[in-house]
Amino acid sequence: MSAEANIRTLTIDEVDISARADETILEAAREHNIDIPTLCHLEGLSEVGACRLCLVEVKGARRLLPACVTRVEEGMEVTTHSAKIDRYRQMVLELFFAERNHVCSVCVANGHCELQSLALRLGMTHVELPYQYPQLPVDASHPRFTVDHNRCVLCTRCVRVCGEVEGANTWGVMGRGAQSLVITDLKEPWGESETCTSCGKCVQVCPTGALFEKNRAGTKTAKHPEFLPYLRIMREGEQR
Amino acid sequence: MSDTKTLATVWLDGCSGCHMSLLDMDERLIELSSQFTLVYSPLVDQKVFPEHVDVTLVEGAVASEDDLKKVRKIRDHTGVLVSLGDCALTGNVSAMRNRFGPEPVLLRVYPDGQKAPSTGVPALLDRVRPVHEVVPVDVFVPGCPPSADTIYQVLTELLAGRVPTLEGVAHFG
Ligand code: SF4
Ligand code: FES
Repeated sequence: MSAEANIRTLTIDEVDISARADETILEAAREHNIDIPTLCHLEGLSEVGACRLCLVEVKGARRLLPACVTRVEEGMEVTTHSAKIDRYRQMVLELFFAERNHVCSVCVANGHCELQSLALRLGMTHVELPYQYPQLPVDASHPRFTVDHNRCVLCTRCVRVCGEVEGANTWGVMGRGAQSLVITDLKEPWGESETCTSCGKCVQVCPTGALFEKNRAGTKTAKHPEFLPYLRIMREGEQR
Repeated sequence: MSDTKTLATVWLDGCSGCHMSLLDMDERLIELSSQFTLVYSPLVDQKVFPEHVDVTLVEGAVASEDDLKKVRKIRDHTGVLVSLGDCALTGNVSAMRNRFGPEPVLLRVYPDGQKAPSTGVPALLDRVRPVHEVVPVDVFVPGCPPSADTIYQVLTELLAGRVPTLEGVAHFG
């Protein structure tokens, strides 16, 4: 196929844009500095479309579509911000806050949390939905890391980085819906996992304080997921 | 001055940090003080909530029978009710006991057959609740505590008769 045939033209927020046919709306938008909020998406990992924060309007589509898993199409007209989209995103965020026990003031990730900054960015000042207050476990059996399920948003970034980048496949998901839990091996205590290499990649990509390194406080708890795209570029370079 | 507004502040189940932050406005308090009269607050002597207050700042979650009674009364006698800080807004640390309920928490505090006081103190509610779950709230100010700058901004706007917008300005925690 010629290069031209691989290019699609579309509009995002009334801006004319061309993108490669294999790109998602999110990728095309970000290349043009159009901002779409995301949570489960992370550059360097596969897409799962789990969080629904990246919802956008596509003319002709009957429902809102997640920008991170929707490919661009010729002539597409995409809107990334409207009253309706804002309402949905706000609702999605409120669901996250109401579902588990997110107490920013006492969280290791306070000030470095993607959920907290999304609330600020999307203007969420309070939660209308009733909080659920589930009783969830904390596993501190690993010598260096802790998982606190109270703060997990089930984005599965840890699961993906562990499988796709580290190749250890220690992390997985069990259960359904709000009852889901990320688990190590077959729900063994993390400290007893035989597959975990203690590389810490899961901690770096976790957007909240659900996964954190022990004996760290304050600014030292900031995560650094930006290693991922680098790592990918380096590895692709090696393969060539 | 005829356009002086009345202001009240209340302390429900919070740590008083929001009130500390209010005082942390330092000299700006003096600047603002010509525009309001503080008619009811843990910081002044008045014991009864007045008939009508223009603006009331509520710190803390609703955790006891007494908090519930107070906040309902305050709502009835307040023009603009402001939820100040994360405890009022989300329940925050105060609501962390909701995962267990009041009984196990009391047992933890009064172990080995000690008796939790039952007279002279208000009964705990089964669930600690954010203020807006109990009464309608007009303005939400996130933060644990909200910074002195944020509170200053809120008060300046309210005293000028405007509704402050804090969306995108103040965050939880
Ligand atoms: S532990 Fe963190 S990275 Fe893993 S699913 Fe939960 S929030 Fe996402
Ligand atoms: S970023 Fe698209 S669904 Fe989460």
